[in-house]
Amino acid sequence: MSGSRRVPRALHPIAWWLWAAGLATVSIRTTNPLLLLLILAALAFVVANRRTEAPWARAFGYYLVVALSVVALRVLVRTVFAGALTPSEHILVTLPQLPVPSWYAGIRIGGPISLEATLSAAYDGLRLACLLCCVGAANALANPKRALRVLPGALYELGVAVIVAVSVAPQLIESFQRVRLARRLRADPARRLRALRPLVIPVVEDAFERSLRLAAAMDCRGYGRAGAASPGARRVTGAAMVAGMLSLCAGVYGMWDPTMAPALGLAALTVGSLLCVLALVLGSRRVMTTAYRPDPWALPEWAVSACGLGAAALMSSAYGVWGLNPALSPLRWPALPAMPVLAICLAALAGVVSPPPPPSRRRAARPAASPGRSRPDRVSETVA
Amino acid sequence: MIVFDQVTVTYDGQGEPVLRRVDVRVAEGELCLVVGPTGVGKSTLLGAVNGLVPHFTGGTLSGRVLVAGRDTATHRPRDLADVVGVVSQDPASGFTTDTVEEELAYAMEQLAVPAAVMRKRVEETLDLLSLADLRDCPLHELSGGQQQRVAIGSVLTAGPSVLVLDEPTSALDPTAAEEVLAALTRLVHDLGMTVLLAEHRLERVVQYADSVLEVRCDGTVRHGSPQSVLSDASVAPPIVELGRMVGWTPVALSVRDARRLAPPLRARVASQPTEPAHRRSAVSPAQALRARRVLVRYGDLVAVNEVDLQLHAGEVTALMGRNGCGKSSLLWALQGSGPRQGGSVDVAGLDPHTLSRSAARRLVGLVPQTPGDLLYHDTVAAELAEADRDGDAPEQSGGGSAEQILDRLAPGIDRGVHPRDLSEGQRLALALAVQLRAAPAVVLLDEPTRGLDYHAKAALGHVLDTLAAAGHAVLISTHDVEFAASSVDRVVVMADGDVVADGGTEQILASSPAFAPQVAKVLAPLPYLTVGQLKGQLRC
Repeated sequence: MSGSRRVPRALHPIAWWLWAAGLATVSIRTTNPLLLLLILAALAFVVANRRTEAPWARAFGYYLVVALSVVALRVLVRTVFAGALTPSEHILVTLPQLPVPSWYAGIRIGGPISLEATLSAAYDGLRLACLLCCVGAANALANPKRALRVLPGALYELGVAVIVAVSVAPQLIESFQRVRLARRLRADPARRLRALRPLVIPVVEDAFERSLRLAAAMDCRGYGRAGAASPGARRVTGAAMVAGMLSLCAGVYGMWDPTMAPALGLAALTVGSLLCVLALVLGSRRVMTTAYRPDPWALPEWAVSACGLGAAALMSSAYGVWGLNPALSPLRWPALPAMPVLAICLAALAGVVSPPPPPSRRRAARPAASPGRSRPDRVSETVA
Repeated sequence: MIVFDQVTVTYDGQGEPVLRRVDVRVAEGELCLVVGPTGVGKSTLLGAVNGLVPHFTGGTLSGRVLVAGRDTATHRPRDLADVVGVVSQDPASGFTTDTVEEELAYAMEQLAVPAAVMRKRVEETLDLLSLADLRDCPLHELSGGQQQRVAIGSVLTAGPSVLVLDEPTSALDPTAAEEVLAALTRLVHDLGMTVLLAEHRLERVVQYADSVLEVRCDGTVRHGSPQSVLSDASVAPPIVELGRMVGWTPVALSVRDARRLAPPLRARVASQPTEPAHRRSAVSPAQALRARRVLVRYGDLVAVNEVDLQLHAGEVTALMGRNGCGKSSLLWALQGSGPRQGGSVDVAGLDPHTLSRSAARRLVGLVPQTPGDLLYHDTVAAELAEADRDGDAPEQSGGGSAEQILDRLAPGIDRGVHPRDLSEGQRLALALAVQLRAAPAVVLLDEPTRGLDYHAKAALGHVLDTLAAAGHAVLISTHDVEFAASSVDRVVVMADGDVVADGGTEQILASSPAFAPQVAKVLAPLPYLTVGQLKGQLRC
């Protein structure tokens, strides 16, 4: 298991997503701040250990910032719009209270803030923050484009559309900056609304022309070549997909609604999944493409997904263990139950069992040259 | 390999066919150059090869087009992807992925080529087009020439036997164009590919062509050896014009061939041209614009390094230099809209940088590299009306309305047409008319020759002469040596943000071996630049 001897390679993106989903399942089951902080630490450890130098790998930092603001917001809302107090609660500070109409009874704006309410808000916020960071970690570790490429064939067109949209974005920005600069060469805009038209029209025209050229280029290169499904087959696929989705919804509702028999919900869920799988298989049959350098699914992928899913399973087995949802009255230091800690450590192991990411070759090869567009385009941020 | 059998193409809503009874056979391994003025149907001809016309563009095609035995009537473009590779003018608009390697593999993925074969072909193509160092690069970070090479590679991986290129170098600077053409000739010679190539700048490619296909204005075509077709085609590079005038048969196509024929010619003409390459109008000694120590920098990058420049009323000046040497930055700084970190610009005692937009454009007018960016109305008429509203130039300038200016620059443009539907040259004229309506003393044009054919360039030269005669100071940035030789009075060369040379056209252009126009290369050491200069000599 020593990391130094293993060949660096990118892990299959699905492995990272499975791992993150497992850890998210762990975090959703507890409000214990110690456990939640431990989960954050595990996420941070794996991300720091295994992320590449690609742009998306910086995502984790942004998610962390958002997560922290979620905690802050939760605490703020809870303290300002406080509920009723019990006499045993500890008062931290007393804010000036806003008078509210009588029909608004039960909710105060301002007034005394209790330590219990603040803590419960913070625990809750922390759980949300953990969930967010799980998504952030998966985003930072898995190459989003490669994740799209493993979509089933039926969703191939969707993946292509997303990739095209992503690669068109920089071109759109470039075109917008160019047009905005060109606008300065004509007279001052008269009014606000009239000033928008000269900016938007050329950019939109540009985008339309570009999409036509792109469509032509894709056609020339064989896109949609083996996509001839008969209208009948297409209708069957669509119907199966819609029925499957409806059945899935019904199933989920049945599972969560205590008044319905669980067997009914389970049945609907099973039928729904089967229909969806059928639709995907049917849809995939008509798409005949191959993937360039497909990501392998080998031992490290199994290990990483096992780390995440194993943690989730351990946590589920610890259902009802004392200390998962610490009580706030009486107030005391939360306990640290052993089983969940074990689960989180197992998840953190992913940072060791996964292969190290390949070193980036891009920086070294990158020449200084850039497309022969006028320089003011690229640097107009400095002007603005 | 490619057979056109009595092909006539008519677009919907147009009475006249674009192509008329085209009967052409392009043999295997042939590099066929498609020539003709802008807008005559060269693109239609190229599009018909892989069925884009009419499957994608609409219109009616009668007759038959066969490529490697496949009829385009029954094969859509996607069904011909493994036989015909198509490369367009703007490579970036055709990219569907975002790194070099994935772009090269895209066509093969569509053709369901097995993964192992794909990997091997991508590696081979990377080597063939010298792209190996760039394999992981994001496509939008590449230079124009690199992007075009990737575009060629991305159709090559599908293993086509025919390559169709529609003006692959017209958006590139000379170095990048050389890079692409070198890659192309290598493909022709090493792989024996059949290539159909349309190109404006014939002087770059004509020497590599095995045959030339001329598309005429009435939609008919003529196919033959380069020498025979070019000897009286409506478009011709300077070297062919020289050959026609002197009466060389067959006409020389490369500088090398012409130089071997040239000694008797050099003996016949005087050692000094009797007239300048460009008949200059009266240049007034008054400086229209004086720039001192202009500095433009973007962070650490110094784009324009303390440049001094004077422009005179009535003089046409060309600003030359490779891409990224600071030409555009200098133009934008002179106009006042672009950033300027130091120095001063003085036009009639005022600095345009400190004025409002409206006031600045009355001193200095700039037409940007993409003239269409200036235009945003539905019709030419609306665009002109807007220019009249914005213009409110002082009456004494005598420029007249925008409509009158446009008629002087490019007569006969339909007022009801959408500006996007104009030809490249007409759109440039419209943008220029809009800017001239404000009657600026100084007119700047950023790369106006890009994408223009010989006729449009000659027309642009006339426009510049008219402006100079009306007392404007004109500065254009350009890569086109032939255009500069025949149309400007003075050349300023920039490199790395500095002005490295500044002087008369003859002095600057004739003195450099690589930068010289074709006529100068053939006649060196005699200081002739254009065919026009020789004309007078040979008559007497």
